[in-house]
Amino acid sequence: MKLPSFEYLRARSLAEAWALHSDAGGDAVYLSGGHSVVPSMALRLQAPSRLIDISQIAELHGVELQDQTLRIGAMTRHAEVLANPLIARHAPLLSRAAPHVAHPAIRNRGTIGGNLALADPASEFPAAVLAMRAELEVMGPEGQRMIAADDFFLDLYETALIPGEVLTAIHVPLPPEGRLFGFDEIARRRGDYAMVGVAAQADMSDGVVSDASVTLFSVGVAPTRATAAQDALEGAPLSSDSIARAQAALATDLDPPDDPGFPAERRLQLARVLLGRVLTRMEAVQ
Amino acid sequence: MTLHIGQSQRRENARRHLAGRGRFVSDLALPRMLHAVFVRSPMAKGRLVEIDTSEAEQSPGVVRILTAAELNARCKPWVGTLDHFAGMQSPPMSILAEEEVLWTGQPVAMIIAKSRAEAEDAADLVMVDIEDSEPVTDGAAALQDGAPLANSGARDNLCYEALLETPAVNEAFADAAHVVEASFTFGRHTAVTLEPRAVIADFDPSSGALTVHHGTQTPYQFQDVYARHFGLPEGKVRVIAPDVGGSFGMKLHVYNEEMGAVAASMILERPVRYVADRLESFLSDIHARDHIVKGRMALDAEGKILAMDVDDLAPVGAVSAYPRTSAAEGNQVIRLMGAPYNMPDYRGRLQVAFQNKVQTSQYRAVGHPIACAVTEALVERAAEVTGLDPFEIRARNLIADDAYPHVSATGYQFEKLSHQASLAKLREMMDPDALRADQARLREQGIYRGFGIASFVEITNPGAAFYGVGGARISAQDGAVVRMTPSGDIHCAISVTEQGQGTETIIAQVVADQLGVSPERVSVTTGDTATTPSGGATWACRGAGIGGETALRAGRKLRERILTLAGALLQADPATLRLEDGAVVDVATGEARITLEEIGRVATYRPDTLPDGVDHSLTVAHHFAPSGYPFDFTNGIQGSLVEVDVETGIVRILKHWVVEDCGRIINPLLVDEQIRGGVVQGLGPAFFEECQYDADGQLTNGSLADYLVPMACEMPDIEIAHIETPTEDTILGAKGVGEAGTAAAGAAAMNAVNDALRPFGARLTQTPMTPLRILDALDAARKQRTDP
Amino acid sequence: MKVLLSTTVNGEQVQEAVLPRTSLADFLREDLGLTGTHLGCEMGACGACLVLMDGVPVHACLVLAVQAEGSTIETIEGLNETGAAADLQAHFHDRNALQCGFCTNGMLMSAQALLEANPVPTRDEIRDALSGNYCRCTGYEAIVDAIDTTARDRAARTEAAK
Ligand SMILES: Cc1cc2nc3c(=O)[nH]c(=O)nc-3n(C[C@H](O)[C@H](O)[C@H](O)COP(=O)(O)OP(=O)(O)OC[C@H]3O[C@@H](n4cnc5c(N)ncnc54)[C@H](O)[C@@H]3O)c2cc1C
Ligand code: FES
Ligand code: FES
Repeated sequence: MKLPSFEYLRARSLAEAWALHSDAGGDAVYLSGGHSVVPSMALRLQAPSRLIDISQIAELHGVELQDQTLRIGAMTRHAEVLANPLIARHAPLLSRAAPHVAHPAIRNRGTIGGNLALADPASEFPAAVLAMRAELEVMGPEGQRMIAADDFFLDLYETALIPGEVLTAIHVPLPPEGRLFGFDEIARRRGDYAMVGVAAQADMSDGVVSDASVTLFSVGVAPTRATAAQDALEGAPLSSDSIARAQAALATDLDPPDDPGFPAERRLQLARVLLGRVLTRMEAVQ
Repeated sequence: MTLHIGQSQRRENARRHLAGRGRFVSDLALPRMLHAVFVRSPMAKGRLVEIDTSEAEQSPGVVRILTAAELNARCKPWVGTLDHFAGMQSPPMSILAEEEVLWTGQPVAMIIAKSRAEAEDAADLVMVDIEDSEPVTDGAAALQDGAPLANSGARDNLCYEALLETPAVNEAFADAAHVVEASFTFGRHTAVTLEPRAVIADFDPSSGALTVHHGTQTPYQFQDVYARHFGLPEGKVRVIAPDVGGSFGMKLHVYNEEMGAVAASMILERPVRYVADRLESFLSDIHARDHIVKGRMALDAEGKILAMDVDDLAPVGAVSAYPRTSAAEGNQVIRLMGAPYNMPDYRGRLQVAFQNKVQTSQYRAVGHPIACAVTEALVERAAEVTGLDPFEIRARNLIADDAYPHVSATGYQFEKLSHQASLAKLREMMDPDALRADQARLREQGIYRGFGIASFVEITNPGAAFYGVGGARISAQDGAVVRMTPSGDIHCAISVTEQGQGTETIIAQVVADQLGVSPERVSVTTGDTATTPSGGATWACRGAGIGGETALRAGRKLRERILTLAGALLQADPATLRLEDGAVVDVATGEARITLEEIGRVATYRPDTLPDGVDHSLTVAHHFAPSGYPFDFTNGIQGSLVEVDVETGIVRILKHWVVEDCGRIINPLLVDEQIRGGVVQGLGPAFFEECQYDADGQLTNGSLADYLVPMACEMPDIEIAHIETPTEDTILGAKGVGEAGTAAAGAAAMNAVNDALRPFGARLTQTPMTPLRILDALDAARKQRTDP
Repeated sequence: MKVLLSTTVNGEQVQEAVLPRTSLADFLREDLGLTGTHLGCEMGACGACLVLMDGVPVHACLVLAVQAEGSTIETIEGLNETGAAADLQAHFHDRNALQCGFCTNGMLMSAQALLEANPVPTRDEIRDALSGNYCRCTGYEAIVDAIDTTARDRAARTEAAK
């Protein structure tokens, strides 16, 4: 399990990163934490001729409160996501998701940017980012783009990033007081990729749900927004009735893979159970 | 003076590991060493058409690419059969596949390069053309008429078959008040030692000597294997097993890759290193278990067991492992059924089948977890039909503690066991009444807890009855050389080996007590065929029982020597002297007469001052093989408490209890940790571990990300208690404890899960008990309730 | 093509030319002879290869040696020499929290980092901190006990010092 040969180059700026990338004619891969790139190369699942280390580029670092959003730099490590008080306050779904992402030492290196750019369908952060209706800040030679999370995760390990573009940050809209949120997953062992996972948030007005956002992961090729379940919650108090309707609606929302070891029907069943639990235990943003 | 046997001594050799100074084969680098990587068959079955190495030869760093024609010629093929398994067949095996590939991952070519990375680069460039054919994957299908052969070298797919039967078994079932029955499926799993298999073969043509640094538990066995299969005089072969990063039976089998490293070193006349990476481990280490068992149990109206009738089908791969065979596990499965119980009659049938998967063979607790789970699950069902509680039905059936010696229906001879005392002790520890009350209370809240128990016996201290009688060159004895150094310290070189279980520590304790010194003064050498006497080393639980007894007897021999010498020096009758606190002491007065240091000085530097004819050689050797019983048995009982999330199928293991009787306990600290480690190796396959294959014979979860090993968060705290019934076959009385934990943990857990699911009428009979299998069982029960 | 790497390992300045494909683990083990860092899976799933990188545990099998440019690495050999974890090592020894010793390096690294971040963890927190450390031999309980005892000892000593 040794990596195949490649050329390693460190980019000090975005411009340098793009140049090194285009220069390699498509055979280059950006390296952030490397905790997906390195094992996949060790397994010889990929063998790019060039790795471009983007971890030192200033624009990718830092967590800061901006006007309307919390800007989380792409190089923010999972451990920082877990511990950062601004994230806990303004993007609690990420803080709740982080302990489920792998193990402590992996979290010391893995980055949220790398995680989102990889877009593993079993991964926690993409579903959280989707549920928060965050926007992804992307920079390429053609300039900056802001991509809504709903438009970012396209397919299995496929995102809206075009080759050479760098995901620089995640912008999480600041939550209103009283927003409810919940996150959980069913995993065989602590830190394992989930069998199924749920991220949800909901705003309440006059005792009824005014804006529900429900996403699931490990249910298909990409993190999935459960629009029918959201509709089932909308306009009603968060009660066992509305929750039951949301659970039932998952049949419309999800089309899970049918694997002999894990039939689609079972995954749907687990998704319903988990959604019920998450919606029942929603907490308010402090 | 205080005795050290029975004390919780810490392991001196643990300090090195804590300081990062372990010495594993995978750490070793020899001058001019080359690295080996194997090109493996991507298919489970097929005809090898062509191997094209031309591109790979040009790859940077490649020194040589070896194919079957060159490599296999160096090594006599091996055949994994034993004479006492009558009718057993297994085709010969060579290092590389020649015409036919038999399992996914079988080596077909060997790359030798300057680094492991370069060897891997080249392996990617070898073109292997295989005309694939339908593999035989399913064990039952393999034995059907007209099934294709898994291995064209075999007569048919039946590797071995056996039947044990008492004359009255049919009557027992006919007369029974109750018969319970079930079918069980036990998944294939594997050892996953944290250090993978590692070997460095170093053939020196100038002396004709082969030195093999080998991460194995049985260096002497490999010395013999290498000598015979490579045509070398045994005296020219040295096998060194330094620190070994886990073994558990997996590292005592002969593997294609290790044989390949030796052959390559002989061809290239340079050291050749092969360290399996984790992917290769999953493809090539032996797998374990894989049994489909149908079982029935007959009981009388009082709930007394009358008989069992079991049928075990064990698919074992395309060839039987060498030199212990892949039939030994099934053989033990059918012999261990019902072992803790008074069971007059029995029928057990075993069929061992060939299939196109990597071999299964001996792994910690060979056969025990299967026999125990089947027996204990049937006892649990018997409790249900007779309305007895799990403790009561066992109390009625376990062999009474004063009823020994006892011969089981399967022919095992038990010297003295303590099942009833163990059961009583477990009851005290678990407090089943409180558990039942909790269970009832929590069920009201929709929380489903259950507990289960499982009695077991463990086979230990094997003599020649295991393998020797079948013609295998596997040592039934162990040997020790004990000497006193010129400074009066003690050194013991012994054939039993250390993989972290504490062998060196207990040997030091045993020897220390024979010689009246503290264990700190006893240094122990293991794991090198050039510096220790020959013996069985580590297999089937023999370190304490056989190794300990060997050390004890050797220590006593040296004691007699020292006392004789002291008698001559002191002009005293040796019978009036004993050894204590590093000195020779007058028995009558307790007065120290002369120190060991002084004796060492005289014997070494001034033997001229001794009276004529006094033997001053302070080195003795002793070899010991068990006689009397063919092997020992330990016994015990385990309990498990679990909570099942009936909506998700996720199980939390809350607690585990063990009562164990391993005879004389040499070191309680080490014994308890052997049990804990063993329990977790039993719980792993009960809940998580399984080698999953698809219909094409591809292993689909062969990495540590996909194969689920038990980790810290999922494993429980384990409470342990002991009963101590020493064997009278030896002076030491130790029986061994290596496999006890693994033997019954899964059985107790399965009973616990089924207890939790009882309100739903759901029942698990397959391991691992995964969430999906639990949900399936709940669905099946629901279905049966709605449309019976 | 080899790249010049300069980094600090166990307090010593190291300058070596390395191939980019070389993992930090292979660099430490093969180039520097620091074989106390073990390899059990080479994909981040076992924890045998943990080292402290700029003070926090990371998997040396998943970090390229070239990524360690300018950082500070501490391996088990270095940790042992500083004596910073001497009490932890002693409790592992007392409690027999290791058998074959292959996982021990990683266990000590995880434990040391845990106790720095959370001086008096619960048993569940200890198990959680070890969630990426595989041990085939011990069954984990002795390791949890040893860390637990170390934590309580350290806390008692801090208390006494006040
Ligand atoms: C044993 C193990 C267990 C794991 N368990 C989990 C888990 O439970 N849940 C989970 O979510 N993840 C898990 N992971 C994955 C881990 O979180 C990864 O580190 C993460 O997904 C990728 O982050 P990285 O910074 O390491 O990315 P890298 O490996 O550096 O990069 C990943 C991919 O993204 C690209 N990329 C990286 N950064 C950028 C950027 N800024 N812009 C554009 N493209 C970029 C890279 O080119 C590459 O294709 C696990 C990993 C391991 C090794
Ligand atoms: S070797 Fe790095 S985690 Fe296993
Ligand atoms: S002590 Fe052997 S793996 Fe932990």
